[in-house]
Amino acid sequence: MQKLMNWIEQRLPVKRVADMHAMQYPAPKNMNFWYVFGFLSMVVLVNQIISGIWLTMHYTPTAEGAFASVEFIMREVDYGYIIRHMHSTGASAFFIVVYLHMFRGMMYGSYQKPRELLWIFGMMIYLALMAEAFMGYVLPWGQMSYWGAQVIVSLFGAIPVIGPDLVIWIQGDYVVSGATLNRFFALHVIAVPLVIVILVFLHICALHEVGSNNPDGVSVKFKKDSLSKQDKTPFKIHQYYTNKHDYSDDVVPFFPYMVLKDFVALSVFLFGFCYVLFFAPEMGGKFLEHPNFEVANSLKTPEHIFPVWYFTPFYAILKAVPDKLFGIMAMFSAIVALFALPWIDRGHVRSWRYRSGFHKVNLLVFALVFVSLGYLGGTPQEAWKLIASQVLTLLYFSFFVLLFLYSKNEWTKPLPARITR
Amino acid sequence: MNDECVVRITVTVDENHSEQSGAEQPQSKGRRKFLTIATSVVGGVGVLGASVPFIGSLGPSAKAKADAADVEVDISSMEPGQLILVRWQSKPVWIVRRTPEILAELTIAEDKLRDPNSEKQQQPAFAKNRGRSLNDEYLILVGICTHLGCSPKHLKNGAMEQYVEGVRNGFFCPCHGSKFDMAGRVFKNVPAPLNLVVPRYHFINDTTVVIGSEAEVS
Amino acid sequence: MKKLVFILVMCFHPFGFSATGEYGLDHAEIDLKDKASLQRGAKVFMNYCLGCHSMQYQRYQRTFDDIGIDEELAQEYLQYSGAKASDYVVRAMDAKDAEAWFGVEPPDLTLVARVRGTDWIYTYLRTFYKDDSRPFGVNNLVFPDVAMPHVLEPLQGTPIVTYNEEFKGSDTEKQVKGVITDGSGSLSSEEYDQVVLDLVNFLEYTGEPTRLVSERIGRWVLAFISVFGVLVYLLKKDYWREVH
Repeated sequence: MQKLMNWIEQRLPVKRVADMHAMQYPAPKNMNFWYVFGFLSMVVLVNQIISGIWLTMHYTPTAEGAFASVEFIMREVDYGYIIRHMHSTGASAFFIVVYLHMFRGMMYGSYQKPRELLWIFGMMIYLALMAEAFMGYVLPWGQMSYWGAQVIVSLFGAIPVIGPDLVIWIQGDYVVSGATLNRFFALHVIAVPLVIVILVFLHICALHEVGSNNPDGVSVKFKKDSLSKQDKTPFKIHQYYTNKHDYSDDVVPFFPYMVLKDFVALSVFLFGFCYVLFFAPEMGGKFLEHPNFEVANSLKTPEHIFPVWYFTPFYAILKAVPDKLFGIMAMFSAIVALFALPWIDRGHVRSWRYRSGFHKVNLLVFALVFVSLGYLGGTPQEAWKLIASQVLTLLYFSFFVLLFLYSKNEWTKPLPARITR
Repeated sequence: MNDECVVRITVTVDENHSEQSGAEQPQSKGRRKFLTIATSVVGGVGVLGASVPFIGSLGPSAKAKADAADVEVDISSMEPGQLILVRWQSKPVWIVRRTPEILAELTIAEDKLRDPNSEKQQQPAFAKNRGRSLNDEYLILVGICTHLGCSPKHLKNGAMEQYVEGVRNGFFCPCHGSKFDMAGRVFKNVPAPLNLVVPRYHFINDTTVVIGSEAEVS
Repeated sequence: MKKLVFILVMCFHPFGFSATGEYGLDHAEIDLKDKASLQRGAKVFMNYCLGCHSMQYQRYQRTFDDIGIDEELAQEYLQYSGAKASDYVVRAMDAKDAEAWFGVEPPDLTLVARVRGTDWIYTYLRTFYKDDSRPFGVNNLVFPDVAMPHVLEPLQGTPIVTYNEEFKGSDTEKQVKGVITDGSGSLSSEEYDQVVLDLVNFLEYTGEPTRLVSERIGRWVLAFISVFGVLVYLLKKDYWREVH
């Protein structure tokens, strides 16, 4: 057996990679529960891929057959409803864990130097995920699928000069139609997932190159040969890391310590996930919207149409601006601003634990604004909501402006030399 | 590149850190071993459980089952010698109204057949006879070659003679040249190993046959 | 501007409130475990609804198995449409004819409870009222100008809308109170409500026939995850004990 392992290892570094990236990867001891969402996103990604593969086995990507084939899965395929609900609940769960994962990065400054590229890959995953979720939502070909596609595709029509032709080109028809459904299906089941998987791989590679951040935002690695034997970690850390730096007694190997922590989080997550899956898959019309149980009808718009909840903050920004082109630009800038975060924040202290009270308030207000925009974007339009969403849109962008202004000369608390426990 | 690396060298070690920490000294090896095994087993069962819907969903759907239900066929208007094609479980099923001449032909080339007495389980018990049928007048077969699944052609009124001397009627598979007589029995020296399958069927009256089930014994 | 016109129209229109379906919905206290209610509801559906509305995603046999209808009773149910048990619950009426008769094709009802909600259907079927200006002589409080005749009228009797009248200066403001029957139906008003409730219960069932089995499996899954969670937690504790 050992011989076989050696034979393989000489040709494919299975053990080396496992040691480097799991068994002997140095993870800061003080990572708290906010650090489980990366792992959970991974779990949800796997769930989406597997349940998605199974759904394609029964789904029909045509305007005539799509809706019926989803009901076929729900009724006539053994356990089909479980697989479908795994996928639909997974879509929402994906955004929940990703939003929390992103907020963690903002709290502890995980986007700051040297993790800019890590953040960029993360944002690219988020963007790809939005595209994936949008196209996936079109596939059941219900009323919300159809009109959601109609609205989102129409956004491209606001682009000067080429807009109208671009919309027709994207649709592959003069309206959203079976041709649109077919191409969205192709993109949803193979093209975008492939991109996401590659980006996730790059995201993890980049993470392991610079090392994990932690709630204190201070480093656990020190200049080579600067630590006494006593201060060094007693754990076996892969030489790939120890050859370059000394690791203080603030790290544990990822396996089994972090894995076990992640698994505790996983069981809590799965409990909630399965509760929704088996008991409330519609989640009160938020995960599966009521009008989407009616087959797409190009002659009749549902009374209220909203995107699914995870898009509503951006949808609220779009609606807040009373001009088509500028509204779309505002919406895209809201995402672009997040991309630029590593450069907007000019501070050198990562964790908000050691940053100014102003920064803490700014970040909390930002989170609150994001959630409130989500509420406004997902409920019927009213006069007061328009004003509210305009105010909140300004607040959304003011987070970035303020951060840029104060971060350069921000008053911060002194950093501890080592992580705190 | 080394920005991440903290330059402050003098590290003030506080009390908590000065204790020898980190090294693996399980409090009780038995407890840890038990928990590790229990968690792995329960986790493994969980993975198996999670795979149930995925494996289960691959079986025939309710639609496939409904489509596979018994088929009632009205045979009142069949001409002597005629073959009609019926769809049952999405498979082609032949019903042939055999004339006395065709039935007489069954005996003449039995030495050339691979399994003239239908020893192999290719038919319900009621059809283990020369005509491989419940009622000799009607031959009912699943029209799928036992070689590789093509559907053989019905050759009649002498068209079969070019393949088997003296046999005027039969079935010939165009894919790989397998030959069958008018009871679906396979000839020797062809690729098909077995006689054609006789499905379960029963007559509910003189003119209606139900394919898919035998009459209930009452 | 459009909105303003709309508000003005609403003020002067006698049933302005109902144009937006603002009539408050009554709560339908349904119970998917009540098989007797589901069976009665199924019978009402086959009797009164199936003439025009299909349930094209639902099979008879599945329905019979799920709500506990035995073979004998099943034959009786099937008589209404002359279908086979393995068939989908599909109306005999042609879609083109239907559109010609009603102006719109009567919608499929398999999923109607998931689209509209059970409260809506429950209220809708109990708030038809006599309105001679409409083609079928009836209108509806929650679905104004609906193209559907009041099929259950033989049961309910002819419904008449009633108002709360309020005097405000010289104007009388009429506010809809509800619907009462003239008593010509074969059922009392409580009995009629129960019939509608049974039907709504059945529609909720067809919307998601796997609801109960899903919850049954779900309980086991949650229990299992809890066990796993406790074990992992203990193991994690055991490993982390000596890390500090």
